Amino acid sequence: MPAVVVYALVVLYPSIAGAGSAFTDWSGVGNAKSFVGLANFKALFQDDQALGALRNTLLLTVAIVVVQNGIGLLLALGVHTQIKSRMLLRLVFFAPVVVSPVMVAFLWKFVYNPAPDAGLNAALGALGLGSLRQDWLGNPSIALWSVAFTVIWQCAGYSMVIFLAGLEGVPAELHESAMVDGAGTVARFRHITWPLLAPAVTINVMLSTVGGLTLFTQIIAMTNGGPGYATDTLSTVLYKQAFVYGKFGYSTAVALVLAIFVAAVSFVQIGYLRSRETTA
Amino acid sequence: MKYRPRTFLLEVVMIVVAIGFLFPVYVLVTLAFKDPQQIANRPLSLPSPPSVGAFGEAWREAGLGSALLNSTLITVVSVLLLIALGSLAAYFLARTATRLSYSLYILFLVGIILPFQLGMIPLYQLVDNLGLLGTYQGMIIFYTGIQLPFTVFLYTGFIRSLPADYTNAALIDGASHLQAFAHVIFPLLRPITGTVLILNAVQIWNDFFTPLLYLGGSGHETVPVRVFAFVNQYTSNYGLVAAGLILAALPILLLFLFLQRYVIRGFASGLKG
Repeated sequence: MPAVVVYALVVLYPSIAGAGSAFTDWSGVGNAKSFVGLANFKALFQDDQALGALRNTLLLTVAIVVVQNGIGLLLALGVHTQIKSRMLLRLVFFAPVVVSPVMVAFLWKFVYNPAPDAGLNAALGALGLGSLRQDWLGNPSIALWSVAFTVIWQCAGYSMVIFLAGLEGVPAELHESAMVDGAGTVARFRHITWPLLAPAVTINVMLSTVGGLTLFTQIIAMTNGGPGYATDTLSTVLYKQAFVYGKFGYSTAVALVLAIFVAAVSFVQIGYLRSRETTA
Repeated sequence: MKYRPRTFLLEVVMIVVAIGFLFPVYVLVTLAFKDPQQIANRPLSLPSPPSVGAFGEAWREAGLGSALLNSTLITVVSVLLLIALGSLAAYFLARTATRLSYSLYILFLVGIILPFQLGMIPLYQLVDNLGLLGTYQGMIIFYTGIQLPFTVFLYTGFIRSLPADYTNAALIDGASHLQAFAHVIFPLLRPITGTVLILNAVQIWNDFFTPLLYLGGSGHETVPVRVFAFVNQYTSNYGLVAAGLILAALPILLLFLFLQRYVIRGFASGLKG
């Protein structure tokens, strides 16, 4: 089967080779490498840049999962109603999904222009919120959240569409009979819509978790991991270690840690969210 | 559900949200139509008079014409290969109940959660050793392989939900397995093929990192790679960069507007299954 051959060549073989070289001191040039056991992993857990990146990756992922899906759900609920502009609004909110992340990243660099009279800062000034003006990408304590917000802006429409598909599966009769019984909007959402949305929640949470854990393009394009190491993630660190510092063995060790994270989180989520689906 | 005052209130709220949501687009578009002096003096106002000179210059400087051709070629061939290989593989996996086919299916599923970063460096070496760095072929093989797990997953689920009688009937009439697939099964797969096409095309067209690594400096760069280089080169010329970004994003946005019903449905159904 040709499909298996291509898949093995492009995904399986390199992944196994990658996992293997995580235990070597390979420099990436030629094949000279010797087995160094767990030295790369020891170094990783003593490397402030890598540990900071690990922390950033987890923070980013949590922020993206919670906020993106929260906004996605609110948008879906909004455009699922009878408002006249619902089709147009769906288009507007979904459009960023189809644009390349690298272009979205550059677009937001304009928005985050540090000058007080440009982009977001100018808008804040015009709204009388001048005290909130920031150097959005240059301030180490908020740069990570600025990047997270860009990702959320781009991907909220994705969550929205999956929630919309879920909402379409909620029978209207359930809502009508609950209304007759005197249930308010909030009660109907809690007892009817939310339980029936469980499969959509599963997919959204899983997708945004993997997306957050492996986030790369937006960071490279917006901050390149800076200022300092403030927005480095596991993905940017492993990229820099390999292609900037030539430490391929170490880089693949970082990649293996990332892979283990993704696998572990996926399994736990599948198990937990699936069980919630069946009991809901 | 009728249109009531509450619905009107919601409508107003949603439109205000959408205007806020579009703020970055406003910033981009107004920058592109302003000359440098307007950008410096009135950064957030509407361009007056609007100037369109930046667009022509950005188109030439970023080499967008050839980048569009490169992106189109790589995306179209990869997606066609994915549809052909993915549907055949899924047909085999869904219709045979051997231990081998089950293990292969699991193997493909593993590929969905395996982050590509793990195999990135050995793969780079492999592509280099095969002499495929900087070539269309290298990119096409890469995308076909990397997107196959997801494609096979979508197709397998869909084929399992089809009754087996169709194939059996064709086989009894004397068709080979391949003929039965081409004439009976594949036409039945149209809805899921649409989803596969859209999801893979958006993914491949927009990918930035792999072509940066494999195509950088080859003259075969795709749109995102060309734009990345262009933006970094003209970093302080905001108007020019904004025009370049608009031109680069326009093809996929136009395609989206054209196919939006299918795109949105494809995204939703492709990931629900």
